[in-house]
This record gives sequence, C-alpha cells and structure tokens, in this order.
Amino acid sequence: MALDEGLKSELQKHGVFIVPFEELYNWSRKSSIWPLQFGLACCAIEMIAAAAARYDLARFGAEVFRATPRQADLMIVAGTVTKKMAPNVVRLWNQMPEPKYCIAMGACAISGGPFKDGYNVLKGIDRYVPVDVHIPGCPPRPEALIHAIMTLQRKIAGQHLETGAKPRWYDCAATTEFPMPAYGAHDLEPPANREIWQPDRNYKGVTIDEARELLKG
Amino acid sequence: MEAIEKIKEQVVAAVPGAQIEIIPSTPAAQQPALLVDREHCFAVAKFLKEDPRFQMDCCSCVTGVDYLASGFIEVVYHLYSMALKQGPVILKVRAPRELGQCSVPSLTPLWRGGEFQEREAYDLYGVKFEGHPDLRRILMWDEFTDHPMRKDYTPPLDYEWEPTAHDETLARARAQEGIVPPSALVEADKAKKK
Repeated sequence: MALDEGLKSELQKHGVFIVPFEELYNWSRKSSIWPLQFGLACCAIEMIAAAAARYDLARFGAEVFRATPRQADLMIVAGTVTKKMAPNVVRLWNQMPEPKYCIAMGACAISGGPFKDGYNVLKGIDRYVPVDVHIPGCPPRPEALIHAIMTLQRKIAGQHLETGAKPRWYDCAATTEFPMPAYGAHDLEPPANREIWQPDRNYKGVTIDEARELLKG
Repeated sequence: MEAIEKIKEQVVAAVPGAQIEIIPSTPAAQQPALLVDREHCFAVAKFLKEDPRFQMDCCSCVTGVDYLASGFIEVVYHLYSMALKQGPVILKVRAPRELGQCSVPSLTPLWRGGEFQEREAYDLYGVKFEGHPDLRRILMWDEFTDHPMRKDYTPPLDYEWEPTAHDETLARARAQEGIVPPSALVEADKAKKK
C-alpha cells in the first residue's frame, strides 16, 4: 500500500510516524545485524579491525559478534576455506536461525583466491552456502567490509513480505538445511551443491551447448 | 661445528655397519648432509643425540622430498644442539617411492618434537614412519587417500568455466564439461613439459 508522502511528512512534524509494517520490520532487522564471531584467515584480522574502535562497526548496528551460531544473523566468511573446514562452515550456517545472511569476505572466500588451484582449498564458499554479498580484496580493507554491511542493509530494506518475490527465509517451503559435503577419498563429495551453485558457464558469450557444437564442426 | 668428514668418521666408529655418504650441498654455502641407510638411521640419530661431543637435543625440522625421476623419497632431519649451541647436522634417509615400501624408521622416540612433522611428511608424501606412536594424517582429512605433495599427484578434475581460460586450464575445463575427451589432458601435459 502506497502511503502519501506529503501526509507522511506532515504527520512526522507532529511526532506521528506511519510506515508499512514491512518497512518497520526490515528497519529493525537491518539495524541490528549480529555477525557470527569466527574467522578463518587473515581477512578475520580486517574484520576485527572493522569491529574495533577505529572503524567502529557499531555505527551500523553490527558490533555484537556472537560466539554461537544460534544467536547470529550474519555469517562473515572471512578467509580461506579449506576443504577440511568447509563441512564445518556449512554446519555453522545450518545452525543459524532464519533470517540469516552471508558475506563472502576476500578473494579466498569468493573463489579460492591465490589458492584456487590448490588441492586443499575450496574454490569459493558459494559452492555450499548462498552468499548475499561478495567483497573482493586480499584482504579487503575494513571500509570494504563496512560497505558490504551497508549493501546488505540495503538488500534487507528492499525485501518484500507481501508483494513480489518473497525472500528465501520467508518461504515456508524453502529449505533451511543445506547439505554438508562429505570427506571423500580425493575431494569433497559432492564438490559443489548444484542447487545453489550454478556458475556462468558461458565462454565468450557462447553457451556450453553451442561451444560443444562449434568444437564438433 | 666440526667438518662433516669428522662427524662421519665419529659416527661410523660409533655405529658399526652404518652406510653413510656425504651429500654435498648446492649451493656450497649451505650445509652438507649425511645420507644414512634405513637400517642404521635410528642408531646414528641416537648416537648424535646422546654422545657428549654432539648432544643434538633439538630436531628442528623434518621434511620430505620427492625425487620422481630417481624413484625415491628422501626424508631430511635438521638436528641442532642447544646444549653446545651448534648445528645443524643434517640427516637424510631415502626410501623407494612405492607406497607399500616407502617407510623409514621414526625418530619421534628420540625427539618428541618430530611427532607432528613426521605426521605431516606421512600425510603429504606417504612416508610410513616405523615406530611412530600415532601416525595419522595431520592436515588432510582421515578419509583422504592421496599424498598431494608427491610430484605425480593429480588434483581432482574440478575446473570452473573461466572466461579467460587458456592452454592447460582450458583443456581441463573442456574435458570436465565433456567437450573434449580426457586424452586431451595428456596432450596438454605433454605440451606443458615441452
């Protein structure tokens, strides 16, 4: 329901605030994002710096780092995810209550970064966990993490409960349990959760099927 | 620290039957090493630790080296003496690359500090340390069956379709997608060697 902006403004002058419930709900969620307190590598140092006095993440309501996933809203995957660690990261994600969000911080968490071709490093946490915001950098500066939090806040503010596409966590039918990969003889099994990880397989604007045809000819 | 030839003489005198060879280092500025046979490795190490002239009480580093072309895996021990403030004496032991036979005696009973480092060499190179109290993988997960620092290790075929893929990566990515047969990988490997 659209509210007349003029009326809204006039009422505010008299100390009366009228907003749709959705807006109030989103505002309260975005103003108190509690991140999960865990770091995997050097990006965690930048995350700590962002939370400490100089950069002061508290200005954005996200300073309460929780040491348990049960109380956290946001998982900041800060650092290299080794294949040995990946199932535990997914386990932490599964233990967080909805609505929950994920920031992939740094080159490693996004794609494996400089260790992408290594035998022991996961090529991006988005293979197993749906990521809301990616921050590039090696490591990203605290300002970049703050920017990611602000981007996430904009995303939360734009989520609709009544109209349009509902967010994943507001859909009762959507899964909240993401399968943990198993330790295999050579690699994690499966190497990616294909339901959430569908990378762009185009090559120079050619789809994979077209590429097959081209290579045949 | 005495010259390596002197050390060798003393070790041979103390451990009868030990086959010891001096491996010169390249570049020469670094330390030469003693190559010891597998049977007498433990006795030589015990001598170096307990003899009052050496008192090698610190095993600072254990590492593996894969000599693919020569067909053996070498385990290198760096020994120092904290008591006499000298070192290092470098011990090298060689074992065949074949997984069933690739074993050397563990020196963890002499230096407890070697425990995790020998586990690491076992994990990444597949060297079995006979007499190690707790020989398990330390970095990779227990279900893992490969030894990834061996030079003939091939990582699992897991390439993303990269927009700027070229050469070997492109060949591997195409093979993974089923666009080209896996034999293309062999060709790519050959091209890489040239």
